[in-house]
Amino acid sequence: MATLEETNAAIVEGDESLRRRDFINIAAVSFAGVGAVAVALPLINQMNPPADVLALASTEVDISKIAPGQAIKTSWRKQPVFVRNLTPQEVQQANAVPLSELRDPQTLAERTKPGKENWLITLGVCTHLGCVPLGVGEGENRGDYGGYFCPCHGSHYDTAARIRKGPAPLNLMVPEYAFSSDTVVSIG
Amino acid sequence: MSFAWAKPYEPKTELGRWIDDRLPLPRMVFNAVGGGYPVPRNLNYGWNFGVLSGIFLTIQIVTGIVLAMWYFASADGAFNSIEHIMRDVNAGWMMRYAHANGASFFFIVVYIHIFRGLYYGSYKAPREMVWMLGLVIYLLMMATAFMGYVLPWGQMSYWGAQVITGFFSAFPVVGEPIRVWLLGGFAPDQAALTRFFSLHYLLPFVIAGVVILHIWSLHIPGSSNPTGVEVKTEKDTLPFHPFYTAKDGWFAGAFLTIYAAVVFFGPNALGHPDNYIPANPLATPAHIVPEWYFWPFYAILRAFTVDFILPAKLWGVLAMFASILLLFFLPWLDKSPVRSGSYRPMFRIFFIILLVDVAILGWCGGSPATPFFVALSQIAAAYYFAHFLIILPLVSKFETTLPLPNSISESVLHGERAEAAPVGQSAPAN
Repeated sequence: MATLEETNAAIVEGDESLRRRDFINIAAVSFAGVGAVAVALPLINQMNPPADVLALASTEVDISKIAPGQAIKTSWRKQPVFVRNLTPQEVQQANAVPLSELRDPQTLAERTKPGKENWLITLGVCTHLGCVPLGVGEGENRGDYGGYFCPCHGSHYDTAARIRKGPAPLNLMVPEYAFSSDTVVSIG
Repeated sequence: MSFAWAKPYEPKTELGRWIDDRLPLPRMVFNAVGGGYPVPRNLNYGWNFGVLSGIFLTIQIVTGIVLAMWYFASADGAFNSIEHIMRDVNAGWMMRYAHANGASFFFIVVYIHIFRGLYYGSYKAPREMVWMLGLVIYLLMMATAFMGYVLPWGQMSYWGAQVITGFFSAFPVVGEPIRVWLLGGFAPDQAALTRFFSLHYLLPFVIAGVVILHIWSLHIPGSSNPTGVEVKTEKDTLPFHPFYTAKDGWFAGAFLTIYAAVVFFGPNALGHPDNYIPANPLATPAHIVPEWYFWPFYAILRAFTVDFILPAKLWGVLAMFASILLLFFLPWLDKSPVRSGSYRPMFRIFFIILLVDVAILGWCGGSPATPFFVALSQIAAAYYFAHFLIILPLVSKFETTLPLPNSISESVLHGERAEAAPVGQSAPAN
């Protein structure tokens, strides 16, 4: 190895800057450092979701019983999901809002599937600090914009579940989903 | 306290001085395991096992905290949660095998540490308190290891809990109520499992506390050494850092390599297959034995088979506890003024016999209770007590010890001829 020659050369020249012992010292401490990292990685990684949690990452929802104007709460990855059948008025209301007025500009069409604009599927997790907004149940406060209202810190979402007022930074998240048939949605 | 020539702590930077005036933690570290702690220069590898014990305590606490993040202390769910850790949790198998084998290695290291102390007379004045605190740590380790072994709630766990708490039922009148109180029921169940988990989490921190006392009391006189001759001058010592940090570091690396080899290539070699069967309160495994580190004590427990004034069961339990409690009196049983076994020819022979005796006890404890093994463990148990109560006091009275070196430095720096002489034999003066 080159290092040995260097070390010998250093001794010949009487150069104190790289001694054999310095090399051993650096090599030993580096080796211990690599070992410490190798131990730290699994210790950190073990806190990630385990295999059984990852295996629950998709769910199927039957939407045949949801009448226009109604919504249901279901669960995906242990988080609430809102599935809402929008009325034509609500769709119209959402489409009438100019994008410039929005904090997180998105059209209703971008938040739904083509030809299924009345089906608004979002996570029921407020983008502020994670509470479940009201508005799914009959008679619940739907906020100033007729969508959802988060009671924790007063975020108002409109009929397309876009943030309109309050501290939340983003629209309610639309999860990845697909229509397996006209009445069944597969989320995740 | 330390030796007069210990290097004083001098902060090198302005910040270091600022901290030292307010919280002299770096000063404490420097004086305990740094350049400010002089250690005898002739320590052999036997003296690496104290630091190694600390390393294994740390490994057990770290992996244990991780396992507790995933484990359920539920009579219905504990076994499944262990399987969940093994199969689903990221690197969970590694955490569990590191913890289970870590317990075994902790005991290996501590046993070497204890026997090193026995051979070199490290328990003698002025280190009696170090020795006794070490025994307290050992007792706490035994309790912690037992309760940890119950947590997976397999067959061995369950019946281990049943048998060990059964010890207490040996005591007349109060025994059975104590057993029921310990378990929170008439047999091990949810209440016992939950309290064992709670205490299994608590005790390692109690151990860590007693370890601090153990080291504190050690640092008053400083470490003993293979000659048993006290430190006299600066020539007898080296600063802990860098000399012993380097030696401990390299030895820890070497020893952890063996540990890693077992964790990765033979993780169940020291365990019992029966513990992969869920606990069944209605059927005892055919051959129930504790983990290997309890075998000698298990053999002593089983050695008593005849009622003699007291019931045999009570004798067994008393003898088992006594076999450890006895060691608290060791500093006063062995009165020889010479510490190191290297200078005590007769003591050395009996020390080796004691090692063999404990190994035989271990062999008996791990074997089924057949007449042969019961008889053998009776002889071995009798010898164990005889060693400490009869042989040691007599040996220390009648033994002719070898001449001690005048100082540690003299024994280390006495030239080639003496260096090559057999262990413990004094060399001709050169």
